[in-house]
Amino acid sequence: MAGNEEEVRYIERTRDYYRAMGYTKDYVWSAYAEVPFARLAKPLREARIGLVTTAHPPDKSNRDAKGIRHVWSGPVDPLPVLNTDNLAWDRVSTHTEDRESFMPIEAVQGWARDGLIGGLTPRFHGVPTEHSQRKTIEIDAPEILKRLREDGADAVLLSAL
Amino acid sequence: MSLVARHLEANGLPTVIVGSARDVVEHCGAPRFLFTDFPLGNPCGHPWRKDMQREVVGAALRLLETATGPRSTVISPFAWKEDPGWRERYGRVDPAERERLIAIGEERRRMKAEEKKARSKANPG
Repeated sequence: MAGNEEEVRYIERTRDYYRAMGYTKDYVWSAYAEVPFARLAKPLREARIGLVTTAHPPDKSNRDAKGIRHVWSGPVDPLPVLNTDNLAWDRVSTHTEDRESFMPIEAVQGWARDGLIGGLTPRFHGVPTEHSQRKTIEIDAPEILKRLREDGADAVLLSAL
Repeated sequence: MSLVARHLEANGLPTVIVGSARDVVEHCGAPRFLFTDFPLGNPCGHPWRKDMQREVVGAALRLLETATGPRSTVISPFAWKEDPGWRERYGRVDPAERERLIAIGEERRRMKAEEKKARSKANPG
């Protein structure tokens, strides 16, 4: 087990932090009673896995002229360099210098070599973390789906920092 | 990320999320979730620990096949190094910092208002 300490309640902690910065309206996190579920259509050992990250490209080229961030993609080979500057993560306790600690391309490649999965798709995809849930639901998530289908993904591993 | 997973799954594509903010993911409702109780930033294992990363990722991939229904959470067996103090530190409001935090908030709100003004100027109506 991962220790006896109580898990961090991020919703509560974020709310308190924003209140301390003088915000009067709390962020409303998404909550759904119903959760969709799809079964794998083929055995895992034959499945091609797509990868999705919240990290950015190093040149921040996923931003347009107005500063709006978009879905972006890159090849898994050669291994990419990813940027995590604008994301919320624990800068006091850790670092993100090892890409594999948040975007496990080599680990997934290793499991493909060992036969647990069929393989990886040739591209990974990046999704912006947005304050607007509407943008994620109506624009970014459908774009990620479209690209994963183009890649022939059978299942997807999403890794959030 | 949970919203993206939900969209993929609703369209027939199985997903697994690897992450460290369990309350956020489960509040939203995710199909499959591999929870790593680590500081935000390294959900796939300690930096430079390839052995651990391999095990975390292997558990997530297996969940794609073994989960029998939505809201399937598996807890990674690894503990964060030897320092449990990270849980208490992250994002805590230090009373001594209150004035500084208010100033940061004010600056952010001012920037946001300016951005909004610039946008409405660029796209009138």
